[in-house]
Amino acid sequence: MADATTHQEFDPLATGGMRRRLVSKAIVYGALGLFALVYLTPLLIISLNTLRPLEDIVRTGFIALPEAETMTLRYWGEAWGSFCIGGTCEGVSRFYKNSLMMTIPATVLSTLFGLLNGYVLSKWRFRYDGLVFGLITLGVFMPQQMTLLPWAFVLGKLGLSNTIGGLVFVHTVQGISFTTLFCRNYFVSIPDDLIKAARIDGAGFWRIFRRIILPLSPPIVIVTVIWQFTGIWNEFLFGTVFTSGANQPITSAIVAFSGSGTGERHYNVEAAAVIMAAIPPLLIYVVGGKYFVRGLTQGAVK
Amino acid sequence: MSSLTIRDLRKSYGNVEVLTDINLEAESGEFVALVGPSGCGKSTLLSIIAGLESVTSGEVRIEDRVVNNDAPKDRDIAMVFQSYALYPTMTVRENMTFGMECRNVPRAEQKETVEKVADLLQIGPLLNRKPSQLSGGQRQRVAMGRALVRDPKLFLFDEPLSNLDAKLRIEMRSEIKKLHQRVGKTTVYVTHDQVEAMTLASRIAVMYKGVLQQYDTPKEIYERPRNKFVAGFMGSPTMNFLDAKVVAHGDGLGLTVDGGDGAVMPVTSEKSAGLTQGQPVVFGVRPEHFNPVHAHRGDPIATLKVLVDMVEPTGSETILMSRVAGQNVVASVEPDDAPNEGETVELAINMGKICLFDPATELRL
Ligand SMILES: Nc1ncnc2c1ncn2[C@@H]1O[C@H](COP(=O)(O)OP(=O)(O)OP(=O)(O)O)[C@@H](O)[C@H]1O
Ligand SMILES: [Mg+2]
Repeated sequence: MADATTHQEFDPLATGGMRRRLVSKAIVYGALGLFALVYLTPLLIISLNTLRPLEDIVRTGFIALPEAETMTLRYWGEAWGSFCIGGTCEGVSRFYKNSLMMTIPATVLSTLFGLLNGYVLSKWRFRYDGLVFGLITLGVFMPQQMTLLPWAFVLGKLGLSNTIGGLVFVHTVQGISFTTLFCRNYFVSIPDDLIKAARIDGAGFWRIFRRIILPLSPPIVIVTVIWQFTGIWNEFLFGTVFTSGANQPITSAIVAFSGSGTGERHYNVEAAAVIMAAIPPLLIYVVGGKYFVRGLTQGAVK
Repeated sequence: MSSLTIRDLRKSYGNVEVLTDINLEAESGEFVALVGPSGCGKSTLLSIIAGLESVTSGEVRIEDRVVNNDAPKDRDIAMVFQSYALYPTMTVRENMTFGMECRNVPRAEQKETVEKVADLLQIGPLLNRKPSQLSGGQRQRVAMGRALVRDPKLFLFDEPLSNLDAKLRIEMRSEIKKLHQRVGKTTVYVTHDQVEAMTLASRIAVMYKGVLQQYDTPKEIYERPRNKFVAGFMGSPTMNFLDAKVVAHGDGLGLTVDGGDGAVMPVTSEKSAGLTQGQPVVFGVRPEHFNPVHAHRGDPIATLKVLVDMVEPTGSETILMSRVAGQNVVASVEPDDAPNEGETVELAINMGKICLFDPATELRL
């Protein structure tokens, strides 16, 4: 993932002879391999279970290879489109859509506000700017549970209870703490002289933002987008508390459907649904993970 | 007509006063250098002129207009920063046109202006590069180019050469001088390099601890520094300060170095006005106004016997680190005349060039 350590000041492997080198290599790879195995085994088991018929799972347990003759992809289809959850038989597709409708706007909005806040807080001095920054970032350290009640109250007042729009609103506001912190800390490394030069050149607040700050922002935008997207997509508490039935995001819906308790558990369909739910954040991380680390570690101007 | 006037300017950050009662005036086309040690408030003063910092009290005028409350963009100034402050995501050309773009200058005119300035600074081939693809010297040129396209009333430079290596610095220095002669704009130039100030400026403002110590032509500052600080700051190696006493000498007055052998150095009549016998003074002599005793040319001469501790040849001159009665004396002499380490030699002092200071007030007498 990270290509940060292509050069080391001290190379521990270079200090010994051939034998020692081989031994230390074996230890390093062995340990890493073991950890990888621990992390990947559940994913593997779940993936295999999506291909197995229910009788097979019940008969031989969770941990077994699919049999060639009964192996099928139809549980994926079922999970997506026709499985019944809480009375409606549409699979997870509608909840998937809910999650996208919630995550994408909330990610975009919180990132935009974060950029703007970061710019103001790092490049413009005003009375009590430190206090404002402190209050905004306080949200980073506030336990989510503490905000449940106030949010329920606000959503009720705004008429946004049990709507995707309500969740977008909550996630945008909650996310601003993080995005502001990230962007502000990134922007402080942009030299103030650039802003001064632009002011002398005649650029105002917005033009400086558009022409100087934003073009320098891609690394931190990638960071906040990944952070926000995965965070909001995987978020479960707000979704469960503030929405119900057809308006839930996928994380809450999956729980509802495995916990519905009526009749037998469809492990294979559930497994397929879980993997589907995990795909978007994984995809984002695989595509952008490299830039994530880079964006967090590198300053704005080399 | 004066193009920049600063009157009774004060600036404080909280309780800390960083500029105190600054009065300064620059004629149209003048090149003013602001010099002083680090932290004396040069950059702050420049930022105030630019409008990037507010004024606590006093007045800044550009031409006939008080600009205290004008935004930087309305002051008709251009500034070159120590860090160059080139916009890293824009090409050189975009860097230069950004200011015109903000002012809605027509595209054709932008292009023409950039071409003209690029020609002047010989940065034509660099126009499509990003700042990160330029060398330090090239960045410096582009930063000047960005200021020049604006055709402002006032140029401000904040230590523009301090990030360059010694050779390039000297090259760019003469280029800035040429450029100023050609463009003829009023310029305020901050530097802590007194050689830069001496070579470039028509007038030098020496600052220390937020106070303007002296504002005068380079020659005046060098020859008639107002106080001990200015005398010590301008010139390299720095001026020698010896504790001495005024004594009678023939018809006029002379000086003896405290704790020395009592040899009397006669003071010229022109310099002895205002001195009284027995008065303690600080005797200031620049290193280059010493000579081994045989090398004088009809100047009013006095001699001083010193013990040479160390000899440092630099090629063009040789620096003597020496002592007289426990006080350090640095002298710069012709390499051929240089004595050896450990020798006691008589140095001749050109008494026409010396400065005398009051030990208490540090002002020149
Ligand atoms: N924002 C600020 N708040 C408080 N003090 C400040 C601020 N900016 C500058 N100062 C103080 O003002 C004084 C003058 O600073 P200034 O940057 O003008 O010095 P300078 O002469 O340009 O020094 P240098 O040669 O190092 O650039 C310094 O003592 C500095 O600590
Ligand atoms: Mg400075």
